[in-house]
Amino acid sequence: MARGAVSLRAVSKSFAAVAAVREVSLEVAAGEFLTLLGPSGCGKTTLLRIIAGLELPDRGRILLDGRDVTDDPPHRRPVNTVFQHYALFPHRTVAGNVAFGLEMAGRPRAETTPLVERALEMVRLSGLGARRVDQLSGGQRQRVALARAVVLEPEVLLLDEPMSALDRKLREEMRAEVKSLHRRLGTTFVFVTHDQEEALALSDRVAVMNDGVIEQMGSPAELYDVPRTRFVAEFLAVRNILPVEVQSADGAAAVVRTENGLVLRSSASGFVTGERVWVGVRPERLRLDGPGENRVAGVLEDRLFLGDRSEWRVRAGADVLTVSEPGTSNGHRTGDAVTVTFDAASLLRLEPGRPPTAS
Amino acid sequence: MRAGRRQAVLLLAPAVVLLVVLVGGSQVLMLAASLGRRSAYGGVIPGWSLENYLRALEPLYIRVLARSVILAAATTIVCLVVGYPVAYWLARRAPPTMRRALLVLVILPFWTSFLVRMYAWMFLLRTEGLVNLALGSLGLPALGLLYNPAAVLLGQVYGELPFIILPLYASLEKLDPALLDAAADLGAPPREVLRRVVLPLTWPGIVAGSILVFIPSLGAYLAPDLLGGARYVYVGSLIQSQFAVARDIPFGAALSFALSAGVLLVLWIFRRPLQAGSGESG
Repeated sequence: MARGAVSLRAVSKSFAAVAAVREVSLEVAAGEFLTLLGPSGCGKTTLLRIIAGLELPDRGRILLDGRDVTDDPPHRRPVNTVFQHYALFPHRTVAGNVAFGLEMAGRPRAETTPLVERALEMVRLSGLGARRVDQLSGGQRQRVALARAVVLEPEVLLLDEPMSALDRKLREEMRAEVKSLHRRLGTTFVFVTHDQEEALALSDRVAVMNDGVIEQMGSPAELYDVPRTRFVAEFLAVRNILPVEVQSADGAAAVVRTENGLVLRSSASGFVTGERVWVGVRPERLRLDGPGENRVAGVLEDRLFLGDRSEWRVRAGADVLTVSEPGTSNGHRTGDAVTVTFDAASLLRLEPGRPPTAS
Repeated sequence: MRAGRRQAVLLLAPAVVLLVVLVGGSQVLMLAASLGRRSAYGGVIPGWSLENYLRALEPLYIRVLARSVILAAATTIVCLVVGYPVAYWLARRAPPTMRRALLVLVILPFWTSFLVRMYAWMFLLRTEGLVNLALGSLGLPALGLLYNPAAVLLGQVYGELPFIILPLYASLEKLDPALLDAAADLGAPPREVLRRVVLPLTWPGIVAGSILVFIPSLGAYLAPDLLGGARYVYVGSLIQSQFAVARDIPFGAALSFALSAGVLLVLWIFRRPLQAGSGESG
């Protein structure tokens, strides 16, 4: 049987009067790569620390492979963590850091040396075992932190924003490395990040957290294509979000009207005639003067050139739409009158959800 | 570069002058006196003799020195055992808003002279003191609490405790809490977290605090004199008596100089962790 299934049952945790995690229930399958995604203060790190045993929940239970570990202290859980700022021991060498957990497990030195060697090899740090930690670069420290955790062969590996302190290039390298590590180890990974790209690129499933609850959970593709709430949509870069009133809805198609009078069609399900909801459409689903059931007249206000694509701001009355088009300007210039067009299938129905917390 | 240099000279000059004149100068005088001979009226006859140093090596005085070293070591150990948990609590557990006030409480005793505080201990400990009054009211026999080595140790620990709490606090406060989490996460029970992470990382504070306690305790004079009733001679009282009672300035100077040399030796032995400590805070 594969090991490393995590089960959280109605877990809550408050600090002083502030609720960090509210009645969260979550099942992580053995061997799964699950990401907790959300802005700072949404409770994702607290949830991770609860799984590690570094925080005690006020209510709720934590099960590992069906065994209740809620009251187990962190040193008795078969769970290891890669900390946000690495938390390497400055008084130990690289090898000494990696060996720490093995020493604690009472493994004889003859056994730990080859294991440490292999773990360092796995993170491509062979030969650096004798270095002092402060002689390493940020990326190398990150790898030591990884090696130190995986050398214990945990049933669950927890990663707390492990790449947030790295620069962009290193971050992309580490992303590939974490992914390949997961494939090679087959261990359950629970990964915490506020970076949606990272979450989508790495995970089997993503849980988007907001204000202490999981607002939506699903595969990266599901979350990307069908964010259900305004918060999730905003967090996953659906840039065009508008409040609307539903004019008519018959299951297959709905007509909605924005506060500023734009009339749009959507083939998303769930609309109810007369309700006030939010709709959203990704910038990359909008086109300038292209085909599509939805057509909005506007004026090009601004262009951001982003290399592989350009982002246009289009003013349509009181609303501003963001259009992302591949390539350069396509002959359009600032000040041009254009028609923004998109398919009815691209217009998402978004529930208000919880008000987004400041990030 | 030149402006920086001039600034360094200006900033350091007062302290350097003060130290050279007062410490260096007095050591030179002391060394000169220690090599001379005592005159009939308690003066110093200059000379180049090591006689006083040889005399300091007599078993009588070695025993005094040993007693002082034991007192200083015991004071240091008791201060560490008592002070470390206090510093730990202050730095890591006390409500952050109260930390400043609690630290002021630690140094509050300095607002009163050490001499006065030693007299206060005498009032507490003497045969008809507060402790024995309390015992008597419970129908218990009075205890001989004063004028013994334990009383000396108590007074010494009491006096030196703040000096060890402050450096320990400083090193414990710098300790990254994530390291404690990491150790626990990697399988270390609390005892091992303390042994493998907390103690090694606060080692510079432990050494600095221990030295701050050990050195003054080595030459302690007031506590042995008042709480010990001068019944047991320690180096501090021995030196004092050479100058004030026996009027043998050369011998007193030789003892002082030897004690200073011993202190320097201790500092030299622990130079490494002290440097590590200053390196970390810089």
